[in-house]
Amino acid sequence: MDALTDVSFDIAPGERVALLGHNGAGKSTMMKIILGLIPATSGHAIVCGGAPGSDAARGQVAYLPENVAFHPALTGLEQLRHYLRLRGGDAGMAAALLDRVGLGHAGNRRIGTYSKGMRQRVGLAQTLIGKPRLLVLDEPTSGLDPVSRRDFYELLDGLAAGGTSILLSSHALTEVEARTDRILILSKGRMVATGSLPALRRAADLPVAVHLTAVNGFAPDIAAALPQAIRVGADLRLTCRADEKLPLLARIAGLGGKVADIEIVPPSLEDIYSHYSKRDGQ
Amino acid sequence: MIRRILATADTEFRIALRNRWVAIAALLMVVFSLVLAAAGSAPTGATGVDSLSVIVASLTSLSVYLVPLVALLMSFDAVAGEVERGTLPLLLTYPVSRGEILAGKLIAHLAVLGIAVVAGYGAAAVAAFAIDPDAASGLSALWRLTWTSVLLGATFLGAGYALSSLSRRPSGAAGLAVGLWLGLVVLYDLGLLAAVVADNGGTFTTLVFPKLLLANPADAFRLFNLASSQATAAAAGVGGAAATIPVWQSALSVTLWPLAALALSITAFRKVTP
Repeated sequence: MDALTDVSFDIAPGERVALLGHNGAGKSTMMKIILGLIPATSGHAIVCGGAPGSDAARGQVAYLPENVAFHPALTGLEQLRHYLRLRGGDAGMAAALLDRVGLGHAGNRRIGTYSKGMRQRVGLAQTLIGKPRLLVLDEPTSGLDPVSRRDFYELLDGLAAGGTSILLSSHALTEVEARTDRILILSKGRMVATGSLPALRRAADLPVAVHLTAVNGFAPDIAAALPQAIRVGADLRLTCRADEKLPLLARIAGLGGKVADIEIVPPSLEDIYSHYSKRDGQ
Repeated sequence: MIRRILATADTEFRIALRNRWVAIAALLMVVFSLVLAAAGSAPTGATGVDSLSVIVASLTSLSVYLVPLVALLMSFDAVAGEVERGTLPLLLTYPVSRGEILAGKLIAHLAVLGIAVVAGYGAAAVAAFAIDPDAASGLSALWRLTWTSVLLGATFLGAGYALSSLSRRPSGAAGLAVGLWLGLVVLYDLGLLAAVVADNGGTFTTLVFPKLLLANPADAFRLFNLASSQATAAAAGVGGAAATIPVWQSALSVTLWPLAALALSITAFRKVTP
């Protein structure tokens, strides 16, 4: 069975693209093909003007693997010096790179003593070497605390502003929502959706949930006026399609003082994501 | 290219230092060399050979076992260990070729082996000079033993990298490495010996046997050192056969094997998909 079928997309300079998909959807496989680590059985890819894995492409692409690992006997500084020299950079930059990811204090300790979050930051630091034109990040924020995550996305924003394209996979949907320009959803090796989040939301046409709280004693009246509502004590819950939302709100407004409170819940990113990834009868 | 090879060599040497490989290999060679030097310092009688030449002959027999063993122990983890740790995929996305990676590792491991060999042989030489003022006449034999030991090490380092690439798991690679050592260094000679005895001086002994000796890097190493040494008489084993094979042939085998092993290891490493 093929890990990927019918996948086609491009990334513009400076664009941040999030790759979403369930476990085994083919996210890592796709990244490895882009990096030239494994060959595609058919189809073709062009990375920074060259074939994936060619010298030209490797010189301009940086990668952060899922669960990044290093030799435990080396210190953070030594490991970064090694990577700097492999990229033809100045080994003296290693300390500055560690500082950028907040690891300046641990540079002389062996990586074997690092926590998972610290290793992840060494991994991030090595992606900043040179000026990569494409960053491929496989679940980059796993193992990072919320503050480090925010710092990490600020780093990415700076790189993207400088023209670096970013392809990242993540399970943390809410951070992807705010920090990427485009979303690409894989399901069972097929690309089931691509586009900006508002566009995907519109195309999915998922129902909007409306929660009403009735003023004491008026719940039966409201239930009678809105027959599709489900009544739970003084609360009423109903759903409607996106284009029915405004007429519904007008009717609710017409109920006047009987409504104590109203809450409108648009479909969350999780809802949209499961809508697309389960569409193929999963 | 040189820059990337040297960067890899530098990092690998640090790792070898941290893993105590430098200390272990040097200590091993020094201890065994001194033991042999002590045994070889017994009166040599009227052979007219200086004690260093005698010690070199003993060291040759020791190195033919020990150098391949140390080389395989250092190299079996080179690729399989990177696969198991999960460091290989990231490394291969860097603009560095697989040949450069292996060349860097080879330089670092050869440096470790070189240090161990020099420490061991050096200690033996010091011991020889302490007991025999004429030991200087054995220095050329010692020098020959030193550089051929490094080449023998390079051959088995390359073979270790190849096995490491083929098995992709450190445990499997370790098993293959031990198997290779037993096969080439121990069983190969036993097999040849049995065949020679069974052949009883026939065409096998005169035509095939010398070729088979040259085909094995460990035997070629022993042949070269014993044939060109003044102390052939002091050595047992293949010493008799050494006389029938021209020195240039064993020298060629000793120098070509490292190149062949490196080419083999690069080919095997290229087939590894991270």
